[in-house]
Amino acid sequence: MSTMYEVLPGPEHFLPPAAASMGIRLPDPGQAHIHGKIVNEDEAMEAAARQFLSAKVPTIFPGPLVLWAWNEKAAKKATAIRHLYETIKESVTPSQQAMLIPMPDYRPKYPKINPEIEINPNHPNLTIWHNKIDACMFVGVHCHQANLSLKIIRGGTYCYTIAMCAQAGHEDAMVSFRDATADKIMRLADWVKKLKGSVEPPKD
Amino acid sequence: MSKERIKIAAEMFEIMPSEYQDLVDRATYGKEGRGWKDIGTSKELIEEHSLCAGCPESMAFRYILASLPAPEDTVMVGSTGCTSLVFPHVGVHNIHSLFGNQNAIASGLKRALSVRFPGQVKDVVVLAGDGATVDIGLDMTLQAWFRQEKFTTICFDNELYANTGGQESGLMQKGFVAKMAPVGKTFEKVKLPEIARESGCHYVVNCTVSKPNLVEKVIKNAIHVAREIGPTYLQLYTPCILEIGKNSMEGLQEMRDSEKPTERFAYKEYVSDEAKELLTELAAKEKERKAAAKKQLAEKQLAGKA
Repeated sequence: MSTMYEVLPGPEHFLPPAAASMGIRLPDPGQAHIHGKIVNEDEAMEAAARQFLSAKVPTIFPGPLVLWAWNEKAAKKATAIRHLYETIKESVTPSQQAMLIPMPDYRPKYPKINPEIEINPNHPNLTIWHNKIDACMFVGVHCHQANLSLKIIRGGTYCYTIAMCAQAGHEDAMVSFRDATADKIMRLADWVKKLKGSVEPPKD
Repeated sequence: MSKERIKIAAEMFEIMPSEYQDLVDRATYGKEGRGWKDIGTSKELIEEHSLCAGCPESMAFRYILASLPAPEDTVMVGSTGCTSLVFPHVGVHNIHSLFGNQNAIASGLKRALSVRFPGQVKDVVVLAGDGATVDIGLDMTLQAWFRQEKFTTICFDNELYANTGGQESGLMQKGFVAKMAPVGKTFEKVKLPEIARESGCHYVVNCTVSKPNLVEKVIKNAIHVAREIGPTYLQLYTPCILEIGKNSMEGLQEMRDSEKPTERFAYKEYVSDEAKELLTELAAKEKERKAAAKKQLAEKQLAGKA
């Protein structure tokens, strides 16, 4: 299906359309998508790594599927995510600030969340605004909650979103991978390392 | 089952907000003999709730969560009402049902858990207000009891619809005038504890939540009886201080006043013969456990001195 719609950083508007409703489709195994265009996975790896390296505040948002050691697979992914975070931190300039902020809960939090230390899918924009996050990656977040967050972020912020999805991917992310494994996350870290120094850091 | 299943990935521990770290390190999942006395020394299974200051329901919630025999293997079913404002903050699995169908949801859930986890203990506890239990959900409440579904139903009785501004409920006292019921109630408070007994509940208690040790006892009894024998029902008075014109500090006194021997929340208990037998057996085991623990402690102290 051809489409003119592109999934781009917002703010799009208060209620952006679901990308799927605009004709964006999910990648097949071995593929990914960039702005809604299906590409091979390596191309998307490079694009995601470039985003991390060129952002002022590149951030990873791990969700409950990787925050808790449900099983060996989850624990391995957590290790890989930590490695990716450390790699980004080592690869950016001192003016950039890499962050690792958890999404421990999907339930709305009262009286309020602390946006400095966590993100909540019902109002992810608060954490993004507070920390001035301009590129982020969701990993280990259940699909429905990731979709909700990605749409809100596209609607109300200028943040560039990447989804490292363990299922079929997310139309509403600007870059989306599918079938995420610990190895795939490590491969992304390798791309960050490989591109270190070759990407222009953000201008103040 | 114990805390073993509740483990944060090692690489993620330091970034988790402190309340989750505390749940893992200091909560009482899997602790034998957990109870209300853990409040203040352990991490409670309820985070900052959004109920009104001084609300007796919040006290009740804390005592109940501290008294669940196996919170890690318990699913609570809530319904619309003030209780549904608290469930988003508890460290126990929970389901929010439609207004009134909580006992139907709990019936299906309990049966599904028995099939999915045969031979394992999985407790289901319904916690709903008087509107959900007695008015809108009375059909589902009674039918679950008729069918002898093995779960506990707890009704937080505040004698009106509190969070919608004070409408009349079936459990309101006769003659009571509320903000949205200006004429005053014209018929008696529904006698649900008696109805529960006649409908097949094996353990029924009507009381207030002024005494935490009593709440702990009835919660544990109700859950153990439901686990082994059949439906149980607890009607707990948790007055809405706002709707009855009291101040934040007056909730406890209101409960104490309402539990006097001639008052409507005087302690009332019904235990079926089967349940009596079970509770006697459990009490004997608990006594043995405490004696063994005491002996162990004494031996430890003695060894320390030596």
